Amino acid sequence: MMMNFRGMSAIYAFEMARFGRTFWTSLMLPVVTTALYFIVFGSAIGSRMSDISGVPYGAFIVPGLMMLTMFSEGISNASFGIYMPKWTGTIYEMLSAPLSATELLMAYVGAAATKAVLIGAIIFGTVHFFVDVEVAHPAAMVGFMLLLAVTLCLFGFIIGLWAQSFEQLQVVPMLIVYPLTFLGGAFYSIDMLPPFWRSVALFNPVVYLISGFRWTFFGQGDVSPMASMVAVALFLILCLSAVFWVFRTGYRLKQ
Amino acid sequence: MDNILDIRGLGKRYAGGHRALDDVNLQIRKGEIFALLGPNGAGKSSLIGICCGIVTPSEGQVLVGGHDHQKQFRAARSMIGLVPQELLTDAFERVVVTVNFSRGLFGKPKDPAYIEQLLKDLSLWDKRHAKMMELSGGMKRRAMIAKALSHEPDILFLDEPTAGVDVELRRDMWNMVHRLRERGVTIILTTHYIEEAEEMADRVGVITGGKLILVEEKQALMQKLGRKTLTLNLAEPLERVPDALAPWNVRLGAGGYELIYDFDSQAEATGVPSLLRQMSDMGMAFKDLHTSQSSLEDIFVGLVHQDRHGGDA
Ligand SMILES: Nc1ncnc2c1ncn2[C@@H]1O[C@H](COP(=O)(O)OP(=O)(O)O)[C@@H](O)[C@H]1O
Ligand SMILES: [Mg+2]
Repeated sequence: MMMNFRGMSAIYAFEMARFGRTFWTSLMLPVVTTALYFIVFGSAIGSRMSDISGVPYGAFIVPGLMMLTMFSEGISNASFGIYMPKWTGTIYEMLSAPLSATELLMAYVGAAATKAVLIGAIIFGTVHFFVDVEVAHPAAMVGFMLLLAVTLCLFGFIIGLWAQSFEQLQVVPMLIVYPLTFLGGAFYSIDMLPPFWRSVALFNPVVYLISGFRWTFFGQGDVSPMASMVAVALFLILCLSAVFWVFRTGYRLKQ
Repeated sequence: MDNILDIRGLGKRYAGGHRALDDVNLQIRKGEIFALLGPNGAGKSSLIGICCGIVTPSEGQVLVGGHDHQKQFRAARSMIGLVPQELLTDAFERVVVTVNFSRGLFGKPKDPAYIEQLLKDLSLWDKRHAKMMELSGGMKRRAMIAKALSHEPDILFLDEPTAGVDVELRRDMWNMVHRLRERGVTIILTTHYIEEAEEMADRVGVITGGKLILVEEKQALMQKLGRKTLTLNLAEPLERVPDALAPWNVRLGAGGYELIYDFDSQAEATGVPSLLRQMSDMGMAFKDLHTSQSSLEDIFVGLVHQDRHGGDA
């Protein structure tokens, strides 16, 4: 047995079933939030906003909106997925099974990323009720979404490994990720900021992610698509290094 | 090679610096039932945890069916099923689903017929669609055993399988262990109930303070260390032990109607014939007599005491 595919798919199916149990809430939540965002930002505020670089404001916020939800859902699902068996103690079974740490990781991250992509797709479907959006680079858009979903879920997995209480599970998403994404230019172009704050914003990694994703839609972004690609790659490498360090040391999984 | 498990120089020091295991060497034979006996905190769960890949050893090696448990973890772990000490389950999962999940984790294809038989053997078949949280403690324990056996392991670790379990379930558990052994499964169980080791095991290991202080065939252990008690029911009660019987260190019981003599059944001279001769010389009559074997419990208490005192000195 070179790789334990059955073991991985058992975990993947388990995680997907966990999502399935809350299928309707999982489905309705992004639809409702998207509708709310569009009522507030799209119609109420958007009608008074001028186009941004030739893109109507309603369409402009679509990539950011997708990204925002994928960020929160991806990170919380992935961190919760690995935190739960740690918390209930059922992790013993995963650790005693003939599964490598990498296989464990791929199963959990794969399941969480699947859900994040699904949610992104649902939002993308929903926005068509409110605005016309055309995607300039569909293949790049799908690729970007997949890559980002995996990276975010990897990040969430690390949080889940690190956390030793439900409070810790929440603290990173709440205090770091949420502000960074909110200030990451989901609802505005950082060109709209005064020069000083624009320079500050360029230190926010999320700006590069949202900008890159927006480029796949409209062929333009706050920063060049290359810079975005580099940012995603760096984020991915960072998360992968962290996770392999974690596995090598057995950190917080094995005593 | 008849040893299915070979534990060599195993040591464990936890992050806090606590030494839970110290140079443990143990060979388990294929097909035997081995009872690891020891008080709380002796290191039993740590030892099992290392064998199963849950705890990382500080030093030493474990070979499972000849496979190194770290370098060849896939082959090693595939052979092992584990029922941990605590009841750890996914509350919302249904019995048959969670048992199939366990089989999947070990990379085995679905086998509904095997799982059905397994659940029937464990009296879980009627409860197969129940959620784990709806099961009683004893039923949960059975479900965990079903999970551990779901991938048809060669070795089953049972960490205190009958702690806090009622008498009936304990009987069932013992029967199940015997049935498994007939199928060739090697079983290693930990317990601090002596009667459990006495009832089930072929061999017994005694662990205390992280050290394996003794490994013996159960019979041999009981014989070697077993002391017997001879009780004589006297025709006439005695008020005190006669001076002539002082060399035997006898004591009185049942209000002077019993004369009790503890002796080493393995010794060259047990002292029994000479005691009886002396009594008959003195004209002491007895109506009945019987001997009893000391239980593993007495042996165990004696051993752990010895070790404690030895260790303190
Ligand atoms: N995760 C841990 N961290 C620190 N010490 C531990 C840990 N697990 C067990 N110990 C300590 O190691 C010793 C052996 O524990 P354990 O193997 O559970 O014993 P047993 O199963 O025989 O009761 C105990 O003193 C216990 O407190
Ligand atoms: Mg224990």
